[in-house]
Amino acid sequence: MAGKQENPFKYIDRPTLILMLALVLIGWVAIHAAVYSPQMGGPFNWEHAAGRQAVWILTSVFLFVVLFSMDYRLFEGMASISYILMLGILVATIFLGKEVNGAKAWIQIGPVGLQPGEFAKLATCLMVASYLSSYDVRLENQTTQLISAFIILVPAFLIILSRDTGSALVYASFIFVLQREGLSIIYLVLGLATIAAIVLSILIPAPYLYGSVGVFMLFYVLFSRRKKQATITAITWTGASTAIIYGVQYAFENILQEHQKTRILLLLGKIEDPSGAGYNVNQSLIAIGSGGFLGKGWLNGTQTKFDYVPEQTTDFIFCTIGEEWGFVGSTVLIILFGLLLFRIIHIGERMPTKFGRIYAYGVASIIFFHVLINLGMTMGILPVIGIPLPFISYGGSSLWAFSILMAILLRMDAGMRSTMR
Amino acid sequence: MNSYNRVVLMVFIITVFTVFVGRLFYIQVIDSSYIEAARNNAIKKLIIRPARGSLIDRKGKLMVINRPFFDIKFVPKNLPLEFDSLTFCRLMDLEPDYFTKRMAELRKQVGYSAYRPQIFISQLSVEEYAKVQEGLYHFPQFYAEKTYTRNYPYGSGGQIFGYLGEINQDQLDKDASQYYNPGDYVGITGIEKEYEERLRGVKGISYQYFDVKGRPQGRYKDGAEDVAAKAGENLQTSLDIELQTYAEKLMTNKIGSVVAIDPSTGEVLCFVSAPTFDPNKLVGRNRGKTFAALAKDPLKPLFNRPIKGASYPPGSTFKAINGLIGLQQGVIDVHTTFGCYGGYNGAIHVGCHAHRSPVDFEFSIQTSCNAYYCNVFLRLIDRNNQVDRNYKDWYAAVQRFGIGKKTGIDLPGEVKGNLPTAEFYDKVNKGWRWRGATILSLAIGQGELGVSPIQMANYACAIANRGYYFTPHIIRKSPKNKVEKHQTGIQQEYFNYLVDAMEKVIEGGTGTIAKIPGVSMCGKTGTAENPHGEDHSIFIAFAPKDNPKIAIATYVENAGFGATWAAPISSLLIEKYLHDSISRPALEKRMLEGSLLHKYPGYINPNPPATKPGEKGDQPKPTTNDTIKPQAVWPVNRKTLSSTSIAQR
Ligand SMILES: [Zn+2]
Repeated sequence: MAGKQENPFKYIDRPTLILMLALVLIGWVAIHAAVYSPQMGGPFNWEHAAGRQAVWILTSVFLFVVLFSMDYRLFEGMASISYILMLGILVATIFLGKEVNGAKAWIQIGPVGLQPGEFAKLATCLMVASYLSSYDVRLENQTTQLISAFIILVPAFLIILSRDTGSALVYASFIFVLQREGLSIIYLVLGLATIAAIVLSILIPAPYLYGSVGVFMLFYVLFSRRKKQATITAITWTGASTAIIYGVQYAFENILQEHQKTRILLLLGKIEDPSGAGYNVNQSLIAIGSGGFLGKGWLNGTQTKFDYVPEQTTDFIFCTIGEEWGFVGSTVLIILFGLLLFRIIHIGERMPTKFGRIYAYGVASIIFFHVLINLGMTMGILPVIGIPLPFISYGGSSLWAFSILMAILLRMDAGMRSTMR
Repeated sequence: MNSYNRVVLMVFIITVFTVFVGRLFYIQVIDSSYIEAARNNAIKKLIIRPARGSLIDRKGKLMVINRPFFDIKFVPKNLPLEFDSLTFCRLMDLEPDYFTKRMAELRKQVGYSAYRPQIFISQLSVEEYAKVQEGLYHFPQFYAEKTYTRNYPYGSGGQIFGYLGEINQDQLDKDASQYYNPGDYVGITGIEKEYEERLRGVKGISYQYFDVKGRPQGRYKDGAEDVAAKAGENLQTSLDIELQTYAEKLMTNKIGSVVAIDPSTGEVLCFVSAPTFDPNKLVGRNRGKTFAALAKDPLKPLFNRPIKGASYPPGSTFKAINGLIGLQQGVIDVHTTFGCYGGYNGAIHVGCHAHRSPVDFEFSIQTSCNAYYCNVFLRLIDRNNQVDRNYKDWYAAVQRFGIGKKTGIDLPGEVKGNLPTAEFYDKVNKGWRWRGATILSLAIGQGELGVSPIQMANYACAIANRGYYFTPHIIRKSPKNKVEKHQTGIQQEYFNYLVDAMEKVIEGGTGTIAKIPGVSMCGKTGTAENPHGEDHSIFIAFAPKDNPKIAIATYVENAGFGATWAAPISSLLIEKYLHDSISRPALEKRMLEGSLLHKYPGYINPNPPATKPGEKGDQPKPTTNDTIKPQAVWPVNRKTLSSTSIAQR
């Protein structure tokens, strides 16, 4: 079994690779469109974001190939070292980091600036997988729960210290990993659903919410083996959700004072503040909303190209897709993300090792959270939290980090499938 | 491990993505407001103002053209916080604190917005703009916008052309066609106003992309929805700009009017209201200041005398009308004679100057006999004791000469003057039975009559044409400009007698000073009584006698007898028009240099006139008196001179 390894590229999971490449290419094309002007020349001009992104893409491919050529059994062993190293770098960033947009999240290495926060997710993911897969660790155990929380929250805390709150929020996604590994669903329900319910209750008109809860419960019942019990649970939850939604909305309208309401709505990007965060969301909505069903066509957008949307190549890259490719293009992108996530989960479930499965769930959760927060923000249903859209947004750190994340996942998958034959 | 552990993440993903797709469907497909918002963001509708039509004289010379000017504009919000206004002003060759002052000015304006373009310097000429261009290059927040203003190469004709002004709110409200935008210029007076719709052209629209900083980013749909601007029509006028300029020169330092018309067409050849102004001073940066000074001037240079100055009676020039009506209605024939021994002596006395007696029609015109016309007028009005009917007939006959009604010249603001109606005299005399003698001043063109210079010139045309005239007009006849022919209703043979008599006025009558060597010319002098000072000098004439090319009416206020100023000025203009040269340089010099300003009440001359009071004796004396002024024999206050005052004598 441990004999000479076959060529790992033969066992690479093709659907994942294709989905990943498709997303990267969509991103590159969208970045080009977001800054396009007839005078700028082609998409390979280093002066422009698309040209630089091409360099990031090529280097990412290189990184991917290098990692894919490594022995897949090395990754588990590297987890603790990379995690501790990463914590060190995060601490260093707090003191030595370059300040960009109010966050001290950048470290300058020669000509390139890197965001250690992007890589910290990777290291944390490896560490969580490593810890939870170790012998005699059971998540029903409170000590295990505490240690897990500690592993996840320390880097999140360090990132908050460097005033990059948005990136820190992504660490909440590990709750899905813990839940998959046996953490009681109650934590997820209490922790995540309540927060989501509160925010959503304020943001979305009640009918949409009840509809979403209904869909959620429907899927729950459909995927359950014991339908009868699941139905009862679903009814109970629907009742509870309805109570939460109603309760929050009642509290918001009747208990909170006007200025408190305003502050919350502003924070959530719900009311317009032309000079502050409200401006960004408004312009983002205009860009996406003006795309219509089929979009204005590639390079024909006006809102991102003419700078009405801020950060149009990074956090708000989805605006260009929404504007130029319309509802159809945007939906296709969301479906691509959905397929990618499901494929990653599928890969996780077929991993023979606990480490591999937990790691795969970590990858899926991180990507999911990025997509959730980023798209939610651009569509104006979540507050403005600046984190990139995986594979799409312009930026070397982000693309490198996700490439490494995927490379390790696919390498382990390929390695294990090749040895299992 | 619970069974649902494996599906929780997947359910979350599906739920969240379903919400996203739903949300996208809502904002992209259902809610169309974002499409409008995106348009408003990035596409601006730019109005392209068309070039205004030029005005061309009868010989094809450009009289009113457009000259490019540059407005330096900027959007205050686009300036950096630490904007170095001192360096900027130095580069732009401005006062160091110009920027600060201008900003304070702008902020005070109604509707000021730091996000909208503001005018930093307005109306720089091409030369001035060239000087600041370099400075602008270093400050891209400032940009130049080309506009056009009027330019008048001859500097004359201001009263005819009128001027442009920024449209006001009232005009905007009344603009049913929705053509105008605030800030547009419209014709306020003159031809600019009368022909506004043809001169202004059609505005263009250009849809352009702008980025968030307001920088243009090219045309929307490559200009597919753009509308090209259409320049205004170039209008050919009937004016002879050189004659116009010459006439204005002759009228310098005088108050009055000159109107010359080609009688064969009704085309106005020159149209002077003196004092006038250089229309070039009413454009550009100093417009406001110049305008205020002109408006305050006691000599009223903005008042368009030829069409609005109808407060003076026509004097002796009116006698010809009474003569013609008398002949036409058969109360006299050309051989009828009346005696004149120092004037008319009937119920009242109207004085006359010394001349031979008795007087027939031809001699009555030549010598301008008051007694003759008093007799003719009394016959016209009092015959058969049907005063009311007779007066109404007379009224109608006079009106057919274009007196007492608007001539219809294509200039705004014409007044109809005053031709008193029978009802007016009924009212004034309060039931008293009035007769010809009561209103005898009408016989010699005095009294309540008010005839404008354009009406007078028109009347000269009717005589020149021996019986008809065309509506006077400045813009040449075209399918859009109909010109009507008006008959006076008097037989041509009576006109022939009159014309012969008027020729004698020049050859050996009251108007010999106007004689032009080698030109057969006909004329009639007149004096309009002026209760405020010396009488106004009036002269009407046309030439040549056969196939007349030019008919003219000249008013010179406070100039005394018609022959003193009005006749020589008319004569010089006729010669200039017919021969394009002047054979009497001494007369020309006297007219050009003569100043009557010291005679005008309220006038304070900053520079004493060239003619000193002691030199007054050098001025030309008329060879024959025009008329003995009636007040010489009527010791009544001129202000109350009216039919009643005559009657009470
Ligand atoms: Zn007489």
